Amino acid sequence: MDNQSHQNSATENEMDHIEVIIGRILQIGVVVAAIIMLFGLILLLVHDGNGGYPVGHQPTTISAIAAGTVALKPYAVMMVGMFCLILTPVLRVVVSIYAFYKEHDTLYVWITTTVLIILCISFIIGHTV
Amino acid sequence: MYPDTPIFAYPEYQKYAKVGEVDFTNGSREEFIMIQTMLIMMGVGLFAGIAGAILGLGGGIIITPVLTLMMGLDIKYAIGASIIAVIATSSGSTIAYLKDEVLNLRVAMFLEIATTIGGIAGALLTGVLDPKYLYLLFGALLVFSGWNMWRKLRRGQEALNNVKADPIATKLKLNGSYFDKAEFKRVDYQVEQVPQGFLVMLGAGLASGMLGIGSGAFKVTAMDTFMKMPLKPSSATSNLMMGVTAAASATVYFFNGSILPNIAVPLALGILVGAVIGSRIMQVLPARVIRMIFIPVILFIGLQMLYKGIIGG
Repeated sequence: MDNQSHQNSATENEMDHIEVIIGRILQIGVVVAAIIMLFGLILLLVHDGNGGYPVGHQPTTISAIAAGTVALKPYAVMMVGMFCLILTPVLRVVVSIYAFYKEHDTLYVWITTTVLIILCISFIIGHTV
Repeated sequence: MYPDTPIFAYPEYQKYAKVGEVDFTNGSREEFIMIQTMLIMMGVGLFAGIAGAILGLGGGIIITPVLTLMMGLDIKYAIGASIIAVIATSSGSTIAYLKDEVLNLRVAMFLEIATTIGGIAGALLTGVLDPKYLYLLFGALLVFSGWNMWRKLRRGQEALNNVKADPIATKLKLNGSYFDKAEFKRVDYQVEQVPQGFLVMLGAGLASGMLGIGSGAFKVTAMDTFMKMPLKPSSATSNLMMGVTAAASATVYFFNGSILPNIAVPLALGILVGAVIGSRIMQVLPARVIRMIFIPVILFIGLQMLYKGIIGG
C-alpha cells in the first residue's frame, strides 16, 4: 500500500510538471492567436468594414494570405489569426510528446506520437479527397 | 429638363450617382450591419464558450441554429464557423484547465488515437455508409447515456474506487485525481472498461466525422458512461480532445473558403473569453449541477439524431 501510494504521488508530480509546461506554451499560443485576430478585427473596423477584398471574397491560399497580411488587409490578418488558432491543438500534441519524453514515459511518447501521425494522415486525406 | 424626372434617369448622371449612393447609403449601412453582426457574434460566442466549457461540448448545438436560423447564413459557412468554435472552446478552456489539473492528459491522448482513426474512417466512408443508421445508432447511444447519467445522478456517486483496480487502466496509467473546488477536496478516481470506451470513441470519431455533429457529446459519453470517469475530468478531457480532432478537418474548411473571417473571428474571440470564464465556473460548480444541465442537453441531441435517422437524415 505504501509503495503504491508513493508510486501514485510520483506519477502525480510528473503530471503536474507536464501540465505546467504544456499549459504555459498553450497559453502563449492561444494569446498570440487571439491578439492577431483582434488586430485584424480592429483593422476591419478602421477600414469601415472593408475586408480588403471584393464582397464575398477572402484569401484562401497561403500566398494570398501572406501577400494580404504584408499589405495589412483586414481579412488576411484575420485569416492568419484563425490559422494560428487552428494550430494550437496541434501544438498541444507536439508539446505533449516532448513533455512525456522529458518524464521518461516511453509508452505515452509512442501513444502521443501515434496521435500526431494519424493527425498528419487525416490532414493529407482531407486535402486530397 | 423635366423637373420630376429623377436625376438618375440621365445617363451622364447615372454612373456618378451610383458611386455616390454606394459611398453614402450603403457604406454607412454596411458598416452598421457589420458592427451589429460583430457584436452578436461576440455575444453568442461568449455564451457558447461558457456553456461549452462547462459541459465539454463543442457548442455546435448553440452556434449552428443561431447562424442558420437567426442570421440566415448558408449551412456551409455555419459548419465552417462551428469548426472554429470547437477549437476556440477547446483551446480557451484548456489553458485554464491545464493549470487547474482537472483534465486527464493520458486518457485524452490514448482515446485520441481512437477518435482520429474513426475520423479518417468516417471521411473515407462518406457515401458508402448510409448516415441514416449512424443517426439511429448514435442517437440511441446518447439517449442511453442520458438515462445512465440520470441513474448516476440519483445514486450520487461520482468517483469510482474499486478495491481491485482495472488491469488495463493501471497498465496505461489512466487512473487519476483532481482537486474538486466545489467539495474542497482531492478526488481520486479509477477508470474501467477501457476497451469499451476505446470502441465508443472509434465510433464517435466515425460519426462526428461523417455527420459533423456530437463531437463533444460522444466523448463525454465514452468517458462518463463507459469508462466511469467522474463528470468534471470527463468534460475537461473532452474539451482538450475536441480541439485536436477538429484541427485536422479545420484546415480543409480553412482553405476551401468555408470559414468566413467576419463571422468566425468575432465568434472565436467571444468563445475564447467565454471558455476561460466557463472553465472557472465549471470547477466551482458541484458535479451534480453540471450533470443536471448535461442530461437534458444530451437527451436533446440524442432525440434530434434519432429523428434525423427516422426521417432519413
